[in-house]
Amino acid sequence: MLYRTALYPADPFALMRRLSEDLDSLAFGATRSFPALNVWQNDEAAAITAELPGVEPGDIDIQVKDNVLTLSGERKAPDLPEGATWHRRERAFGRFTRAIRLPFRVDPERVEARFADGVLRIAVGRPDEDKPRRITIKAA
Amino acid sequence: MSTEVTKAPEQTPAETQAEPARALRVWRPLADIVETKEGVTLMLELPGVAAEDVDVALEKRVLTIRAKSSVASPDKLRLVHAEYEAGDYERAFTLSDDFDAEKIEAELKNGVLTLHLPRAEASQPKTIKVKAA
Repeated sequence: MLYRTALYPADPFALMRRLSEDLDSLAFGATRSFPALNVWQNDEAAAITAELPGVEPGDIDIQVKDNVLTLSGERKAPDLPEGATWHRRERAFGRFTRAIRLPFRVDPERVEARFADGVLRIAVGRPDEDKPRRITIKAA
Repeated sequence: MSTEVTKAPEQTPAETQAEPARALRVWRPLADIVETKEGVTLMLELPGVAAEDVDVALEKRVLTIRAKSSVASPDKLRLVHAEYEAGDYERAFTLSDDFDAEKIEAELKNGVLTLHLPRAEASQPKTIKVKAA
C-alpha cells in the first residue's frame, strides 16, 4: 500500500476511503489486485502504467469507453516439461481485469499503449472540445 | 535442492543494512522454483528491467540476482494513484553443491528472468573386475 504520492484534489475523502478499503482487504484476506497500477494525470492527458511481468503483449486487451479504461488479459503459466515439480510458488497465473475511471472523457483516437520489459504504459488524451477553456473577462 | 535463506511471501523491500547508492528502493522479487529432470528452473519477476541490467552471480553456492530498473516517469504528469513503486531488485538463493555452475543459463523475457540450473552429471558407477589370482 502506497499513500505517499496519492493525491486526490477533487475528493478529500478518497484517501481515507482507500485506506479503509485496504484495511478491509487485509482483514478479510483478499489478495492484492493484479496488475498493480499507477495513474498519472494533468488537465489534458493521463497515463496509466502497470506491472505485467510474464504476460505476452498479445494477451493484453485494452478498451476505452467514455471515461473508463478497462485493462484485461491473461497471464499464462509457464510451459514446463513433464515430471516437473514445484518447490516454490509465489507468482499467480490466470485471467485478470481492472477498470480505471479517469477524470475526463477519453478521446479514442488518442490512446497509445506500449509494452516493454513487463511494464505496460498507456497514454490517453482528452478530446479538444472537452478541455477546460479559460474565459477572459472583458472590461465593461 | 535449494534451501532458501529468506522467506518472502509478498514483495517487501529487501533488508539492506548499508546505505544504498541509488535513491530507488530495493525489492525482493517474487520467485517460482521448479524441479525438472535436468535440474532446477527459477523464474523471477523483474518488471521494468532491461536484459543488460541484470546481474546473476554464483559464489560459494549462493546465487545472487541483482537488477536495476530503468523506469522513466511520464513528463508533465503528476502521480495521482500509486499501487506500486519502481525500484531495483535483489534476491539470493542458497543452492546445493551438485549444480554445474558453468552451464547455468539465464533468459529475460517480458519482465521475467528464467534461470536454468542443470545438475552436474552424476559420476558413472564403476565396476571393478576381480582378477583371478
